[in-house]
Amino acid sequence: MDATPRLPQLSLRIDNVTLTRGEFDLFENLSAMLTPGEALVLKGANGAGKSSALLALAGQLPIKSGEIQWLGLGKEEAADSQMHLIGHLPAIQRGLTVRENLAFWTALYDGDEAILDSAIAAAGLSGLEHLSCSVLSAGQTRRLALARLVAIPRPIWLLDEPTSALDAEGSLWVETLIGAHLAAGGLAVIATHLALGIEREPNVKVKTLSEFTL
Amino acid sequence: MSEVKQTHSEPGWFTRLAHPGLFLGWSRHIVIPLAGLSTIAFAIGLYLAFWGSPADYQMGDTVRMMYVHVPAAWLSQFCYALMFASAIGTLVWRHPMADVSQKAAAPLGALFTALALFTGALWGRPTWGTYWEWDGRMTSTLVLLLIYLGIIALWRAFDDQLKAARIVAVFTLIGAVNIPIIKFSVDWWHTLHQPASVFRLDGPTIAPEILTPLLAMTLAFSLLFMLLHLVRMRTEVRKRRVRSLELAQARAAKGARP
Amino acid sequence: MKGLKAILLRDLRLGLRQGGDLLTLLLLFISVGILVPFAIGPDTPLLARLAPAIVWVAALLAQLLTHDRLFRADFEDGSLIAFHHAAIPLEAIVLAKLAIHWILTGLPLMAATPFLAVMLGMDMTMLGRALFALLLGTPALSAFVALSASVTVGLKRGGLVAPVLILPLTLPVLIFGAGMMGDDTFGAASQAGLFLAALSLASVALTPFAAALALRVSGE
Repeated sequence: MDATPRLPQLSLRIDNVTLTRGEFDLFENLSAMLTPGEALVLKGANGAGKSSALLALAGQLPIKSGEIQWLGLGKEEAADSQMHLIGHLPAIQRGLTVRENLAFWTALYDGDEAILDSAIAAAGLSGLEHLSCSVLSAGQTRRLALARLVAIPRPIWLLDEPTSALDAEGSLWVETLIGAHLAAGGLAVIATHLALGIEREPNVKVKTLSEFTL
Repeated sequence: MSEVKQTHSEPGWFTRLAHPGLFLGWSRHIVIPLAGLSTIAFAIGLYLAFWGSPADYQMGDTVRMMYVHVPAAWLSQFCYALMFASAIGTLVWRHPMADVSQKAAAPLGALFTALALFTGALWGRPTWGTYWEWDGRMTSTLVLLLIYLGIIALWRAFDDQLKAARIVAVFTLIGAVNIPIIKFSVDWWHTLHQPASVFRLDGPTIAPEILTPLLAMTLAFSLLFMLLHLVRMRTEVRKRRVRSLELAQARAAKGARP
Repeated sequence: MKGLKAILLRDLRLGLRQGGDLLTLLLLFISVGILVPFAIGPDTPLLARLAPAIVWVAALLAQLLTHDRLFRADFEDGSLIAFHHAAIPLEAIVLAKLAIHWILTGLPLMAATPFLAVMLGMDMTMLGRALFALLLGTPALSAFVALSASVTVGLKRGGLVAPVLILPLTLPVLIFGAGMMGDDTFGAASQAGLFLAALSLASVALTPFAAALALRVSGE
């Protein structure tokens, strides 16, 4: 995979963020600083607030206190359209084919249609382009969701359990994908309870979320 | 702007005064005086309504129904205005007391709207000869009642009351934009199907001997509304408090941490 | 523009591939229309007089019950969350979805109206006026449906709350729609047509903002 396209150099500052969800306190005082090419891995038990933290970073969930700052955006540029948020749900319509689904997101995210097929190939879905997504397995569906990362280059990746439902080979693909993204100067925040294999890298920070930590 | 911030600002004095805990504190001292004032206003208002004002030369004693009907109709609209203001508070400032105020107001709005319709129907019997007349005003009030009931149904459909408050707030705003349009369309429909021959409530002038008891009863009902709203808000704050205590207890017992 | 085209194409495809939805909509419309004759008896002059009311009530009910199609699937598969990061604003996406909803519900209802017209004894002039009224009024109905759908999208059991919530608000559409098919001796029907057109324009223009707000709140 080609890791050379230069991405906008963005930084992320998370300062003392406390998050509540409904009536629950999720976590308190999360702080982190990410510079271009760095990743943050969020660990923690189910219900510790990993997914909510990603939603908050995506600007879709209000935080109770603290501050989330994206640095290095150009004038009139919103962080919203600089990021991918790939959550538990794949955002894939079962009524469309593999290619139609990816083409839709590429057009909606203003990505490059030319690399669509290579993205499908990178995800290991070659030959399935015109298959309805209703017949895909969970692993294939996840691969297709992650193919958006390849088809639409964006500097910020927010990934929720990216390797769930994937086999060993698929997990390895995700690790390479993240590695290449960081090498190109991208940012990534990954929530996972599975070991990823990138945690030991010097440009990867790990935080464990629980109610009273950090 | 070269950066995007999501931040949380310091609360102002109003926010602090309206903090749920402080609210329970200061509102406690208001409940009894408000109840007292409301009782006195009702005593004066009812006296004026029954003994201090003449019967109408056309309608006789049924005119006294107006002393309940008009205040209820006024409160049915005032309550929506209150919910509208609270909805803004919920959406813009995310204030928990705005949520509580919205939730406490909806059933009261439905109640007073129903009361306005009921007294209107009772009044309609001797004046129009029928309980229900498809009069523009009555019809709009009926639609308002349906909107209130819809809002209550929406509240009840949610488990998460924080989310419910924000969704209901959006719907309350949508309703506020629509109510004038509904009123306009119903009036248009009414003039289309029925020439203005029925009795009109709003005469050109209201005699002062009727106006005084009307104002007194309106004041009494308004005070009652404020009292009920305050009590309902206090109940709601306490309910939420009990719920969060229960949640905390459940989490502590189970051990939420890994 | 590319984003708008993408969403229009996708929703049109999804809608047309699920042919069953279209059939259900039309069946509902026709069924409500023929329920009334069964209820009041085969009195042709009376039916012809009631025809505008019947057509409008049937259209209203049929369209209101399609609210699940607007945002439900997008909410359930996570697309709604991903919409927030599109290159076009959520409001534009809602507008596009609203347009497709009208194409997939409003237009088929108009196409089915002649059947109802025959059964209710409407003459050609009346049918023409009915179609014109539906053309002006159904965009507003689609907008109201979008509003109720956005408000109830997060509810697992939102199925019945949505129509109940929005029914009172659609009253002006019903009034002006049926009014447009009524007597025009004093210009009342033309007036109703103007109001109906204004209502459709205003609701289609404002709905994307309100619905996008409700969708953002639902996603929180």
